[in-house]
Amino acid sequence: MATIKSSFVNLLVTLTVITLVAGLSLGYVFQWTKEPIAKAQMQKQLQAIEAVVKGYDNNPVVEKFKVATAAGDSLEFFPAKEKGELIGMAVKTKSSKGYSGDIWLMVGFSMDGTIQNAVVIEHKETPGLGSKMTDPKFLKQYMGRNPGSENLNVKKDGGSVDAITGATISSRAFSEAVQKAYDTFHSMSYGNDQQ
Amino acid sequence: MATISNKEVFLKGIIRENPVFVILLGLCPTLGVTSTAINGLGMGIATLFVLVMSNVVISSVKSLIPDKVRIPAFIVIIAAFVTVVQLLMAAYTPALNDQLGLFIPLIVVNCIVLGRAEAFASRNTVVSSILDGLGMGVGFTLALTLLGSIRELLGSLSIFGWKFAEADGMLVFVLAPGAFITLGFIIAIMSWLKNRNPV
Repeated sequence: MATIKSSFVNLLVTLTVITLVAGLSLGYVFQWTKEPIAKAQMQKQLQAIEAVVKGYDNNPVVEKFKVATAAGDSLEFFPAKEKGELIGMAVKTKSSKGYSGDIWLMVGFSMDGTIQNAVVIEHKETPGLGSKMTDPKFLKQYMGRNPGSENLNVKKDGGSVDAITGATISSRAFSEAVQKAYDTFHSMSYGNDQQ
Repeated sequence: MATISNKEVFLKGIIRENPVFVILLGLCPTLGVTSTAINGLGMGIATLFVLVMSNVVISSVKSLIPDKVRIPAFIVIIAAFVTVVQLLMAAYTPALNDQLGLFIPLIVVNCIVLGRAEAFASRNTVVSSILDGLGMGVGFTLALTLLGSIRELLGSLSIFGWKFAEADGMLVFVLAPGAFITLGFIIAIMSWLKNRNPV
């Protein structure tokens, strides 16, 4: 096939040219898709925030800030404000205790610490078992409850949440992530002992 | 090689030399992503794009590449197109990109792509290489979509995300063993048909 001899110089030149062209064109595509990718990611976060807190008129993604947790890492907080006043907080939280990989949740709190709603952003749990954590039937158990005054662990651990059948580990991880979000939220002296 | 027509070059990838069901190449993404029809279709189209583009480039520069470095050269070209696909999917189809995840970068090592580059594009003209890439890509897409549809149908009782019954499906078809079982049955049926009316 090749009409060019495999001499050292030829090999060097060919590979250099090919990698150079490939690198340059990738740089161009990267520049071109940078903005849409950032937009898509922001859209995804906004959608999750919209699902868990209600009634804000600011852009929580722009005003996000990080808060250190007791465990040493940090969680992202998205403040929901109405006319400049803080009315709720969406917290992006994770658990590493799932069945496979990290589970990322967005949990929305009212300022008294009550959970408005929680959604799963990302998980790699077993399809058909752990993946049922995205079902409204499971999520509903967390809505309107306050982790500060109620035990939101699964029933096996003495809590009040019905674990998903066949997926206790995933359910436990979900509860852990919610609790972590609340504890961090609480550590900022929000949602304190009002009840 | 010179005697077969363009039409045949295109058509052979779809049934007679179907990359998944007959040549049995690229089984890693085949088994990994086909838990739903839409995943199979998305993966198929991504691979189709890479196949056609890399075939075009490789067949047009084939005479400029010394034999000794042809494999690294092909891999760089293929990897570049895979990265392009990945960036485009992250930008314009973020949901599908999340679903397919790791399997998109793995198109680089999909045997079909390198196999067609080495076995076809490096020996043929640009036009027939495009047709070969299209044929193989369409064959791969059809195979993945078929596999995904069957698994989604039996496993989640839905098709392309549209759920037609409220009950739970047979879970095994969503999990990895279901992929092997379904693929085995399809290959058996294909071989049976082939043996019944020899081409």
